[in-house]
Amino acid sequence: MIPPPPPPTHLKRTVRPRGALVIDIEGVTKLYHMGEETVHALRGVALQVHRNEYLAIMGPSGSGKSTLMNMLGCLDTPTSGHYQFNGKDVSNMSDDELASIRNREIGFVFQTFNLLPRSTALHNVELPLIYAGMSPAERRARARETLENVGLGDRMLHKPNELSGGQRQRVAVARALVNRPSIILADEPTGNLDSKTGEEIMQLFDQLYEQGNTIIVVTHEEDIARHARRAIRLHDGLIESDRSTDV
Amino acid sequence: MKTLARFFYELTESVRIAWAQIRANKMRSVLTALGVIIGIVAVTLMGTAIRGIDAGFENSLAMLGDDVLYVQKWPWGPVEDWWNYVNRPPIQPSDAERLNRIIEDTPNSLLQVAVPVAGRGNSVKAGDAQVDGIYVFGTTADYVRISGVDYSEGRLFNELESNGGRSVCVLGYDVAEALFPGRSALGGTVTVSGHPLTVIGVIAKQGEFLGLFSFDNQLIMPLNAFRKMFSIRGRTDLRVKVMDKTRLLQAKDELVGAMRRVRGQLPGERDNFTINEQQAFKAQLDPVKRGIALAGLFITGLSLFVGAIGIMNITFVSVKERTKEIGTRKALGARRRTILLQFLVEAVSICLIGGAVGMGVAYAVFLGIRFQMPVIPVEFSPDLVVISMVVSVVTGVISGFAPAWGASRLDPVVALRYE
Repeated sequence: MIPPPPPPTHLKRTVRPRGALVIDIEGVTKLYHMGEETVHALRGVALQVHRNEYLAIMGPSGSGKSTLMNMLGCLDTPTSGHYQFNGKDVSNMSDDELASIRNREIGFVFQTFNLLPRSTALHNVELPLIYAGMSPAERRARARETLENVGLGDRMLHKPNELSGGQRQRVAVARALVNRPSIILADEPTGNLDSKTGEEIMQLFDQLYEQGNTIIVVTHEEDIARHARRAIRLHDGLIESDRSTDV
Repeated sequence: MKTLARFFYELTESVRIAWAQIRANKMRSVLTALGVIIGIVAVTLMGTAIRGIDAGFENSLAMLGDDVLYVQKWPWGPVEDWWNYVNRPPIQPSDAERLNRIIEDTPNSLLQVAVPVAGRGNSVKAGDAQVDGIYVFGTTADYVRISGVDYSEGRLFNELESNGGRSVCVLGYDVAEALFPGRSALGGTVTVSGHPLTVIGVIAKQGEFLGLFSFDNQLIMPLNAFRKMFSIRGRTDLRVKVMDKTRLLQAKDELVGAMRRVRGQLPGERDNFTINEQQAFKAQLDPVKRGIALAGLFITGLSLFVGAIGIMNITFVSVKERTKEIGTRKALGARRRTILLQFLVEAVSICLIGGAVGMGVAYAVFLGIRFQMPVIPVEFSPDLVVISMVVSVVTGVISGFAPAWGASRLDPVVALRYE
């Protein structure tokens, strides 16, 4: 007899009440020039994300989800349209102003972890705090605390190559959290992990959501998206659907 | 204040990264630093040579007495109007006696004592041994007052021996070594042009300074003995020690006046003597120093140029290799300045290592020269360390700037996607 599968975690979940508006995008387009050709990566996207949301951005490759993610992460600026982050217009900010927003307001989690290979987990987590100008003692304490929070209290002085994939991604999550950002932006966070480890990482995100973080996950996997409370689907540079993932 | 603190944290982070990077790529870093190493060796050795010449010269001057003025018929250096000088009456030993009397009678005189010196090149023998080309000169017992030399044995002749024209002499170190190898020259007899002289002193070894001047191959005897053997006409000059070498100019003025009285010159008449001073020697060394400096600068410039290109290249490679890291750092909030600083610090660190190694090599070469080839004057000084470090840092900043600037301008989206 095959035992019945455990109930999916998303079935017993809570939906936390929305908070203040964090991301407000209106009529955003993005053009790329690839030689002769002009690519319309985004063709006029409107999106609002509030505090305490858990959002999945989905879509096939070429749909513009990476571009949207870069835009949301203030890595890139729109060709036209408006983007207000916490009420501030970031459409026309300078590189350094954007860097400052990324540093304070956005925590990135990448598919390929993007840890500094020669630095310890602790130092990797400290990095955003260095750029924030925090004193060594303070940032060390904060980084320790954050690593403990993601369950790596005993791996602080390990270098990335001494850690498993899941542990590496946990370090990356800790690094994203450490500056207490307004949103966590995860780009295919499980893409380089096996499904079991991937599921563990997603449970970590769920837990972070419960703890009051705002999370945006970019993914093309339905299973991953189902962890979120809301999913938007992009197609050809436009939002095709935007709905709650509640069953 | 906050900005300053952040700059400091970013700087320490940059230094940390740079060292980790260099440790991870040891061979590459060393090879890259080679140009800088050679450049720093060149600039440091050039510095030691120039400083060595200066110091050696100062030593020689001190040996001769750097507070001594020379009263002579001819000026040092070339003269075009030789006819103005050729008919001057020669300087006489008696001029020294009269000059000394005037000095004694002048209250608060800036001059101390005048000593006559007459000399010529001659060969010196002792038994079967003979050395040629020795500067043989006669002077008085007062010579001890103007020359700051030490004696390895014995002493200079005293006033009694000097006035009596006794057949005694003091040998330079090399002369004594050549004529009395392995034994004391004291009490021995040397012959100068057939005249036997008893050795009563040997001057301590002075070392040579570019062959300019050294007591090592000289022989000193009483002037009264010298004039029995050779004509002193036209060969005599006076050496006058001043009280205070910082007031050389006033002393010179006083000396001119005193000498005019000695020589019985009328007002309006042109001086029939010349006051020479050693500083004039120094000018003759300037072309040598310029030559060394030019050659050194050329080698330094060339190797630093090559080194700078190497470092620029390696920094470009480093930026390329770590494009994704740059993207990550930017995503985490690194500004342009932060990235620029990081790669500049890396280039500067390689240069500083090169500079330090170069200094070490140069110091080893310096020690080698000092102990193996004492003839070549070299002198090491702390400011050379400072100069080398500054040169290293400047090289690093110049060569690292272009790649670091490029890195700082990278689009984070493109950098993050880079594999």
